[in-house]
Amino acid sequence: MRPATATPKKIAFRPNWWARAGWLLLAVYVVYAAGRLGFVPERFASGLEHGSRFLARMFPPNFSRWELIQSGILESLQIAVIATALGIALALPIGFLAARNLMPAFVTWPTRALIALCRSFHPIIVAILFVKAIGFGALAGVMALIVASIGFIAKLFAEAIEEISLKQVEAVRATGAGFFAVLIMGVVPQVLPRFIGFSTYQLDSNLRNSTMVGIVGGGGIGATLFTAYQRFDFDVVLAILIVIVALIMVAEIFSGWARKVFQ
Amino acid sequence: MSAPAVHPGPRVWHRFPLPLRLARFAFYLFAVAALVVSLRTIEIIPEFLYDAPEQMGDLFGRMWPPDAAYLEPTLTALVETLHIATLGTLLALVMAVPLALIGARNVTPSLALNLVAKFAFVASRSVNSLVWALLFVAVFGPGPLAGTLAIAFRSIGFTGKLLAESLEEAQRGPIEALTAAGAGRPAILNYGYWPQVKPAFWSIALFRWDINIRESAVLGLVGAGGIGVALDTALNLLYWDQVAVVLAVIFTVVVLAEVIVTFVRGRIL
Repeated sequence: MRPATATPKKIAFRPNWWARAGWLLLAVYVVYAAGRLGFVPERFASGLEHGSRFLARMFPPNFSRWELIQSGILESLQIAVIATALGIALALPIGFLAARNLMPAFVTWPTRALIALCRSFHPIIVAILFVKAIGFGALAGVMALIVASIGFIAKLFAEAIEEISLKQVEAVRATGAGFFAVLIMGVVPQVLPRFIGFSTYQLDSNLRNSTMVGIVGGGGIGATLFTAYQRFDFDVVLAILIVIVALIMVAEIFSGWARKVFQ
Repeated sequence: MSAPAVHPGPRVWHRFPLPLRLARFAFYLFAVAALVVSLRTIEIIPEFLYDAPEQMGDLFGRMWPPDAAYLEPTLTALVETLHIATLGTLLALVMAVPLALIGARNVTPSLALNLVAKFAFVASRSVNSLVWALLFVAVFGPGPLAGTLAIAFRSIGFTGKLLAESLEEAQRGPIEALTAAGAGRPAILNYGYWPQVKPAFWSIALFRWDINIRESAVLGLVGAGGIGVALDTALNLLYWDQVAVVLAVIFTVVVLAEVIVTFVRGRIL
């Protein structure tokens, strides 16, 4: 007759049947999709055999075509630097135009659509189109990475501007400053650290992609890499990969330093 | 006679200390120098630029009207791309979770193991997904298996790093309570850490899935399956009206994926 026995016992860590059903569904999907894509154990087995032969041909890395690698890497660096600089220069006004707290809706909507369009295609696909339009070479790679940079920087820049404090903007405006003075003295100081942050991220990203646009004819080390791969010179491929990874790591250290300096 | 000269001259107020200003100056100098050197040395053939607008017009002229008959094979390839992206993300998570547990300092209090995991993350991220695809095509032959593995190995670094960070941000309270109650390590992970990192986990997984859909669309260019194969075939045959179909399909899917991910992330976070 005690009320305590009438209430159901509360179980700690009660099993969540919905979550379990979700995991089960996921497992079913994995089996179904793996079947659709033709993943069978025999392929893994033969793959491991191929893999060991492949690795054996990769070692030791062959740096004998060092001059070829060097000129390719330099071109990739040039592509990345130019694309980042021009991309930032173009992304700044576009980012301002897309910021909803500074611009009216009829300006922000088309700008946002443009940014979405720039973001939706992988740089390699954009590079293919530019290779067709302006021919093989570094310029196509630069143009493709400019498009990618606009998509990334303008979006984040617009978001950063939308988060600023309007008090400082009002204070600058109250002194009688014009539109550009308000931008430079009221808006830019608030977003500069974040802006440097994602600009250096984009430099890293452009560097990674500038080593790849060569596969579709956009200049840089990618062409050398792909040629070596197609000729089955896997030791040269490994040498190029080592150089690329080293370059990217150095660039990451540099951009980490830049972010700290502008924090 | 020497008066205590505390302020030898009029002190100039600076917002930032001198080393920081020097470092910033060095950054600007380096950035400008790199740009100038690059612009002066890059090899660009100006003749190609003169007819660029004409070529662009020609390109879009050839793309229009899109070849509707190519839509069906493109959609079949698209389904393959979606499978590659999803399975690749899941496989990446399966590999990234143990690595993240090893890499999180509060879960694994061993600096050597932490560094091993960190190195794995960096190695995974430094190699582009196209390069991972090239390597796996050489090992497993052309096809979606190579693409899935490429996506998986490329994603380990991103998902693992973010997972390790969210594990390190987990609160000590529940963990200590479970330890005090005598829970074993699996129970601590399951009941102490998992509920705390669950929203972050699904958010990271969805974010990476969104990225992977974009990335898996180009893997076919090196023979790793998916819609990129349809794109590559159309490009090699110069059927630009078919290329237009593939690009339109990729655009639609990428936008849809982003809308879905934004919606679901808003619900779970």
